[in-house]
Amino acid sequence: MKVKMLSRNPDNYVRETKLDLQRVPRNYDPTLHPFEVPREYVRALNATKLERVFAKPFLGSLDGHRDGVNCLAKHPKSLATVLSGACDGEVRIWNLTKRKCIRTIQAHEGFVRGICTRFCGTSFFTVGDDKTVKQWKMDGPGYGEEEEPLHTILGKTVYTGIDHHWKEAVFATCGQQVDIWDEQRTSPVCSMTWGFDSISSVKFNPIETFLLGSCASDRNIVLYDMRQATPLKKVILDMRTNTICWNPMEAFIFTAANEDYNLYTFDMRALDTPVMVHMDHVSAVLDVDYSPTGKEFVSASFDKSVRIFPVDKSRSREVYHTKRMQHVICVKWTSDSKYIMCGSDEMNIRLWKANASEKLGVLTSREKAAKDYNQKLKEKFQHHPHIKGIACHCHLPKSIYSQIQEQRIMKEARRRKEVNRLKHSKPGSVSVVSEKKKHIVAVVK
Amino acid sequence: MRGTLMERESIKSFWKQSVPLMERIGSGEKLVLSDLLGPVKTSSSLAAVKKQLNRVKSKKTVELPLNKEEVERIHREVAFNKTSQALSKWDPIVLKNRQAEQLVFPLKKEQSAFAPIEHVLSGWKARTPLEQEVFNLLHKNKQPVTDPLLTPVEKASLKAMSLEEAKMHRAELQRARALQSYYEARARREKKIKSKKYHKVLKKGRVRKALKEFEKLRKVNPTVALEELEKIEKARMMERMSLKHQNSGKWAKSKAIMAKYDLEARQAMQEQLARNKELTQKLQAASDSEEEEEGAEEEGELVPDAVNEIQMDANGPNPWMLRNHSRGTKEIKVQDPEQLPEPVAHEASENEEEDRPGAEEEILLNEFEERRSLRKKSGLSQEAKLVSRQEPKDSSSQEVLSELRALSQKLNQENQQSGKQNVSSVRTVLAVQREEPTEAEEEPLLLQRPERAHTMEKLEELGKEGCFQNKEVPRPVGEGQQSERNPDNQPGAPKEKKRKEQMIDLQNLLTTKSSSVKSLAVPMTVEELEDEEERDQKQMIKEAFAGDDVIRDFLKEKREAVEASKPKDVDLTLPGWGEWGGMGLKPSAKKRRRFLIKTPEGPPRKDKNLPNVIINEKRNVHAAAHQVRVLPYPFTHHRQFERTIQTPIGSTWNTQRAFQKLTTPKVVTKPGHIIKPIKAEDVGYRSSSRSDLSVVQRNPKQLSIRHKKHLKKNSVD
Repeated sequence: MKVKMLSRNPDNYVRETKLDLQRVPRNYDPTLHPFEVPREYVRALNATKLERVFAKPFLGSLDGHRDGVNCLAKHPKSLATVLSGACDGEVRIWNLTKRKCIRTIQAHEGFVRGICTRFCGTSFFTVGDDKTVKQWKMDGPGYGEEEEPLHTILGKTVYTGIDHHWKEAVFATCGQQVDIWDEQRTSPVCSMTWGFDSISSVKFNPIETFLLGSCASDRNIVLYDMRQATPLKKVILDMRTNTICWNPMEAFIFTAANEDYNLYTFDMRALDTPVMVHMDHVSAVLDVDYSPTGKEFVSASFDKSVRIFPVDKSRSREVYHTKRMQHVICVKWTSDSKYIMCGSDEMNIRLWKANASEKLGVLTSREKAAKDYNQKLKEKFQHHPHIKGIACHCHLPKSIYSQIQEQRIMKEARRRKEVNRLKHSKPGSVSVVSEKKKHIVAVVK
Repeated sequence: MRGTLMERESIKSFWKQSVPLMERIGSGEKLVLSDLLGPVKTSSSLAAVKKQLNRVKSKKTVELPLNKEEVERIHREVAFNKTSQALSKWDPIVLKNRQAEQLVFPLKKEQSAFAPIEHVLSGWKARTPLEQEVFNLLHKNKQPVTDPLLTPVEKASLKAMSLEEAKMHRAELQRARALQSYYEARARREKKIKSKKYHKVLKKGRVRKALKEFEKLRKVNPTVALEELEKIEKARMMERMSLKHQNSGKWAKSKAIMAKYDLEARQAMQEQLARNKELTQKLQAASDSEEEEEGAEEEGELVPDAVNEIQMDANGPNPWMLRNHSRGTKEIKVQDPEQLPEPVAHEASENEEEDRPGAEEEILLNEFEERRSLRKKSGLSQEAKLVSRQEPKDSSSQEVLSELRALSQKLNQENQQSGKQNVSSVRTVLAVQREEPTEAEEEPLLLQRPERAHTMEKLEELGKEGCFQNKEVPRPVGEGQQSERNPDNQPGAPKEKKRKEQMIDLQNLLTTKSSSVKSLAVPMTVEELEDEEERDQKQMIKEAFAGDDVIRDFLKEKREAVEASKPKDVDLTLPGWGEWGGMGLKPSAKKRRRFLIKTPEGPPRKDKNLPNVIINEKRNVHAAAHQVRVLPYPFTHHRQFERTIQTPIGSTWNTQRAFQKLTTPKVVTKPGHIIKPIKAEDVGYRSSSRSDLSVVQRNPKQLSIRHKKHLKKNSVD
């Protein structure tokens, strides 16, 4: 009887050295790999589940402030350095890698209203309730030196915000009016007003650097041109805007954080309709900051949560909250687009991952490939109800959850009423206003 | 006195003139400037006033200035339009980035620049006592602390490798290379010149020069001249080795020069010439004779091949011209029977085998040859039996067969070249022909090797032609039969046509594939054995599944499914309502009819016409949880969406490269890299050269009034 033996040529499977990759023979014949859709579906389901399982975004908190953190600033050159100003006039500089405070300055009496770094990273500016603008060196004082500001400018009125130009030695403050300062002078180079209300924040456009945006307490957002020294346009919203942030990749796009729980993304050239209305917060939105990639932004709210929105979506992708975090006053997205920092009422600065389930550290190539594949699978099957349900599921604190329900009911009632009114009125007498246009009161030229 | 009088008079006259004016005022008429100017004309003392009034008259009034708010508004609008226009230049970039398959951040690659340590040190001073102590120590030892850190040698080496120098060096090298290539090109060009005259002149010049030098040398230095002579001799020898024995060759020429002084050389030249002649003559003679012989031979017997070929070339399509008469007729006659292009009705059973793959043809041919040799031993009788056994059913075919036999015999007699051929073998071939026509056709070819090759060539050529004529209308069946019956009566032209068709068929056979062939070669006994085996297997299967009748079960199942899916009528009759009820009493038919609600029949089942399929048309709730209910947003058609779902992206189904391409992430960021806002320079735009600050400072108007007030107050304080 003949016995059949398996015989293989070792050249086909033996490596020359042990450093070579293992040869894996593959046959891509589709008949050998059936059920591709169900198999990929299961993989996508597992990937989505695992993403939720590993979603642990909280990295740590920086505690040390003795009052609520009022403002945050990123260092333009160093990823590890963060500056924060508190409500008791204290400014702290933190090292993120060590998670330690490396310097403490008693900068102002009363609140530190605003803080910004110079574009070169050698110094930073603070404004406070004591009507002063102070410039500080980024490095600490030398041995035996006093902790003193480089310059101090005494103003007539309280300054509520400050921002530095992205390329030149110019900064802008806001309060009664928007002032543009040359660093070398003690009086503003130019000041611009439109209306008589106090302005809460001013921001330079990072791309077209001569543009400024500000928001005032009379519910408007005003745009300025620094070169022509005039305001450009004003848009009045339903409620007050707390702050705005420009998109760092798209010169004419900015997002406004509003008191009516929403965020509005505007195209600067067409202010009468926002590009997108972002709604998910259940209380006033206090701060907003763009990811340096310009694809997403993070918002801090009075409802004790931080949310991440894609620029082109009206609903948030992620919500961050902890039991101890109180009203979040300021938020920043780090310049490597990996982390988010938020300063809140209860004196802490918290560090979060921007992608909740991302693995930190260096990834091997296989890990990277698996990550990309899983991401693509999730995208591919995102519309399937089961997967969508898992992906959208997130735990919320009871207060937020109940408020969401409540607001849903209110919204539904309002909608119903509108529909009814439309139904029972003469056709053409009641017009339907879209959600986007609803919140814009007027655009003033 | 006199003066006063004068004044009085003038006033009087003025009043006289202005009286009508006064009257006009009194009457309420409107006064115009010209009216007032009228009386002024006369008095010269009022000339200045007159001039002024005239000037006023010529000028128009200035319009009221716009109020400040309006002006500001216009300013703002203009500024806004300007800015929004400036911003629109970003539109294409924004669009591109939004639609990009992949964005890699940071957009611009940063060049890592390390600050030299002396720079770092220069901005740093020792402050603490410890630091100062350390520095003191260093200073004492004269260690380079701040500035140098590099020894002069190191610096020199750094400089030596400076970029500029390297560039210069490279430029020099490039120049040298260019020069070299230029010279090479020149040499090549000169070498390429075909003009014989040019080369002749060149060579002559060279030779003359060499001779001159040689003469000179002979006078000056005889020993060196001898060496030179040797050299020349050697060159000559080399030339001789090059086997150029023509008179016009280099060697011959040099000999001609030397012949003046040397007798031997002259002799050698002559010898060479003679030999050369001899050689050339001999060669020519040999080739001529051979050709002549060949020609004679061929002419003696047949028309030479070459002639035949020429004819073929001249009129390719005419096969009559291509072949010898005897063989041509024979072949046609042999091939005649199977010229039917399509299987004829009564011959269907046999013709089934006509279209079988060409590859098998040869194998079968071999088999036949073997069998033939076997049969030679066994004799004719057995063959006859075999034939009769194989085709006993068809009477008509037998008729044809007998005809064919007769034909073949005739052919054999005619055929002179295949004299040795066995009659019986031809017979067998013909006998088999009905089943294996193409084989049979080639049978005689096999036996006569050289001729076969010849015909094969023709075959190929004809086949090529056949490709063009492939679309010929197939002959009607009846005609085909006729031609089969009496092949000899066919006129020449149709025969030729048929031949061609036959060739085409052959080609088709060679190219087309068909299902397996049951060849005659397989002995019946083997088939029987196989049949038995199959039967056994079937029996076994039957025994194994004796109990279950699968088909009936399935039908039953289907019937049940159909029943279950049918909408049921609702019977609302209440027994005893409006009539007597009880045991054995049924509600009346009328009532039943009245209260029976018939449900309308739904659409026909999808598996209505599919006997062995059950299609379940019910929605599966468990599957629905995993199915998309609505077409998601960016898709416009469900098929589009399905397609995206159905293309797998995993590495199980895709090659590594494709997998990587399919799974490229949309945004890639590098850990630890600062991503800066996009810049105009990054995307190829020119950023404004003037700084924003300088523009602001040049504008004088920007300080608001309020701020000016503030400043004033400050100055007062």
